[in-house]
Amino acid sequence: MTEHSKKIGDPLLKVDNISLGFGGVQALSNISFEIREHEILAIIGPNGAGKTSMLNVINGFYHPQQGTITFRGEVRRAMRPYIAARQGIARTFQNVALFKGMSTLDNIMTGRNLRMQSNFFWQILHYGPARREEIEHRRRVEEIIDFLEIQAIRRVPVGKLPYGLQKRVELARALAMEPELLLLDEPMAGMNVEEKEDMSRFILDVNEQFGTTIALIEHDMGVVMDISDRVVVLDYGRKLADGTPDEVRGNQGVIDAYLGVPHE
Amino acid sequence: MTAADTFPKLLRENAARIGGRPACREKDMGIWQSWTWTQIADEVRALACGLAALGFKPGDRIVIVGDNRPRLYWTMTAAQAIGGVPVPVYQDAVADEMAYVVDHAGARFAMAEDQEQVDKLMEIMPRCAQLEQIVYDDRRGMRNYHQAFLHDFDTVQEKGRDFDREHPDFYEQSVAAGKGSDVSVMLYTSGTTGKPKGVVLNHANVMCTARNNQKMEGLDDRDEILAYLPMAWVGDHIFSFGQNYTAGFCVNCPESPATVMQDLRDIGPTYFFAPPRIFENILTAVMVRMEDASAIKRAGFDFFMGLAARVGTRILDRKPVGLVDRALYALGDLLVYGPLKNTLGFSRIRLAYTAGEAIGPDIFDFFRALGINLKQLYGMTEASVFITVQPDGEITPDAVGRPAPEVEVKIAESGEVLFRGPGTFVEYYKNPEATAETKDPQGWVHTGDAGLFLENGHLKIIDRAKDVGRLTDGTLFAPKYIENKLKFFPNIKEAVAFGANRDSAAAFINIDATAMGNWAERNNIAYGGYTELASNPQVLKIIKGHVEQVNRDLARDPHLGGSQIARFLVLHKELDADDGELTRTRKVRRPFIAERYAPLIEALYSGAATGHIETEVTFEDGRKGQLKADIAIVDADTFPIAAPLKKAG
Repeated sequence: MTEHSKKIGDPLLKVDNISLGFGGVQALSNISFEIREHEILAIIGPNGAGKTSMLNVINGFYHPQQGTITFRGEVRRAMRPYIAARQGIARTFQNVALFKGMSTLDNIMTGRNLRMQSNFFWQILHYGPARREEIEHRRRVEEIIDFLEIQAIRRVPVGKLPYGLQKRVELARALAMEPELLLLDEPMAGMNVEEKEDMSRFILDVNEQFGTTIALIEHDMGVVMDISDRVVVLDYGRKLADGTPDEVRGNQGVIDAYLGVPHE
Repeated sequence: MTAADTFPKLLRENAARIGGRPACREKDMGIWQSWTWTQIADEVRALACGLAALGFKPGDRIVIVGDNRPRLYWTMTAAQAIGGVPVPVYQDAVADEMAYVVDHAGARFAMAEDQEQVDKLMEIMPRCAQLEQIVYDDRRGMRNYHQAFLHDFDTVQEKGRDFDREHPDFYEQSVAAGKGSDVSVMLYTSGTTGKPKGVVLNHANVMCTARNNQKMEGLDDRDEILAYLPMAWVGDHIFSFGQNYTAGFCVNCPESPATVMQDLRDIGPTYFFAPPRIFENILTAVMVRMEDASAIKRAGFDFFMGLAARVGTRILDRKPVGLVDRALYALGDLLVYGPLKNTLGFSRIRLAYTAGEAIGPDIFDFFRALGINLKQLYGMTEASVFITVQPDGEITPDAVGRPAPEVEVKIAESGEVLFRGPGTFVEYYKNPEATAETKDPQGWVHTGDAGLFLENGHLKIIDRAKDVGRLTDGTLFAPKYIENKLKFFPNIKEAVAFGANRDSAAAFINIDATAMGNWAERNNIAYGGYTELASNPQVLKIIKGHVEQVNRDLARDPHLGGSQIARFLVLHKELDADDGELTRTRKVRRPFIAERYAPLIEALYSGAATGHIETEVTFEDGRKGQLKADIAIVDADTFPIAAPLKKAG
């Protein structure tokens, strides 16, 4: 991976007037914001605000009834998660979604799957181009293992790992895709203070070292205010605010949402 | 055989003699990367010239701080090559401790492993006026550090190569100027009391002791060692640096401190050092895993381990063993010992050492019974490690062996062990008073340990000299020796022995809550908590058995037999560092305990059946409370003392 210097640039992904409903429930209404190159954007909001729905829309799992998403200047059509992955969007999940019986190393290798060129035949033989390719992919994976400091669990089945480490392996697998945009759904949920600090540091390091653009959902306000460049606040499917952590902190609508002012 | 009297010269010689052999390896990105002697000679040369280009002058000190990394070892030789002195520092030292060493050593240069260490060094810079330049090995996280005094390792080497081209004679001349009597390293001893002292060693000290031991044990360039103990510790300096050069064997650096056990298995070293604690942990891990094994495996393990306990050490020591046992042992090696050693990474071990504190006989015998040549040595920084070593085939388990080659050992009037030899340190840096106190004009060094020679010429260390006392009848009383014997029982967690200036010895005992709790569970004994378990009559009976076993052992020793434990009690609470009863490193603070539990000591010596005690305890949240208890006192049987052994003949 090449090193980048962090300089927040032009919008990488633009969300325009997105509305998403499931039957009678309006999960998202008229949401617009942008994710800029090389930034860390936090999406916050109370439970049920539509945060995860928003991520699911961005990576093509949900199809909004209205609105457009523009990624790298192209308005996207019929979207599927694997297309998003191919375009350079990787994500982690709120509930860890790893292959529990496989080792850390193998889990991370699956993140390289999209980048493997050789065909099934050569892969079965593990010979020729497939072999060379695997060695190169393994090298990339080892860089990530080194980066996230998980050498000691390389061969351990992930099902045996404590939760905090599983989260880290999931991040490693997402990084193995060498994504341009990384979506993290509550990367620090259920972690203790020390694990949160570690994870925050890794997120900042990824952003700085590889220049990866990151959009994350997080409940811990301390973490959000510390590590994000910008914050988008959702409440009941609507966008309440959008700005730097300081701007958001002083926004009356946000304060009301968090303190629980009755909705008319 | 060789003319090289400094390590940089020895490096040149190794590159010429065994240039293509691997000198060190490091696991990086999951793969073991190797460097040959020729490559290291080149790397060290570039680094030395780079340091010179940064302004490093002969006599300068360079602080080295980090985990065991090849580049940090190269820094030692590079500094020595241009007349400098490496000062390795414990990598987990907090900023204050580091500041003391850096300032005291007057180091102008520092070599840091990574961002963490750089941050620490930068934090102490204002307090260490002399510190000017910091070089770092790992670039990670350093991208936003733009200070002019920070240098990346590769850049320094590049500068060095340029410098070398411009001054082609510089390196060779600097190396040639070095002498055996030049200071080669300064090692700061952690020291339980007062500030750390900088032990100054010269090339001759390190090289001579390293070489003597290497010859005695027959180490050569085919050996492999894992470098995983702190570089600031003298043992690592001798094993992973001194002997690396004198024997020419390969030093393997683990991937990270967390992967040491896996890396051990990858490498399968032939030469291994570990403090007793590590052997103990390995043994515990094996036993725990065996508990979960299937019944057949467990039965096989028990049978063959029983056999190994009987004949394993005898086979290792080449003593006569019956043909049937020998055949069974060979079968056991195939089925149990071999696979077990392979799992632990001990398949190829020819020589393993342990030192630092007493090792439990069960642990020691377990590894020896497997056919691992584990031996004890006695050493200290001031001796460049080796004072005594157990020779092959001559193992007395509770002694530390015979004097190492060229080392003289004698026991002073006071019982203190004195030594002198080729490894005797030059001085404590900038501390002539301490030097004079420790080393007398004839070169004898006071170790501070009390010991005695056994009939077979092996040295036995019994305690710290200042803790050794005598009973009223004049019998030698070594509290730590007795306490260690008690603590070797898994059921006993801590012990405090009393007896100095008393008629007999007595002890406080802390049971091990986990071990005794397991026992209680297996035997359906209900208990409400530690205090209740500690006062259970059946528990007292078990502990009494242990104490009497210790007495039986002591009785066999003509010197210490008189200090058998006549009475003991099991304390109602665990000794705790929060209450000031232990130090943070879990050493018993004897005077404090004697004062705090004075009524109990009185009861031990008054013949009373119970003692009453009220103590203040500190809970984890900082609150304090009162703890009252009546504690039963148990009389233990003592045994007749063996007569001193007559010399054979």
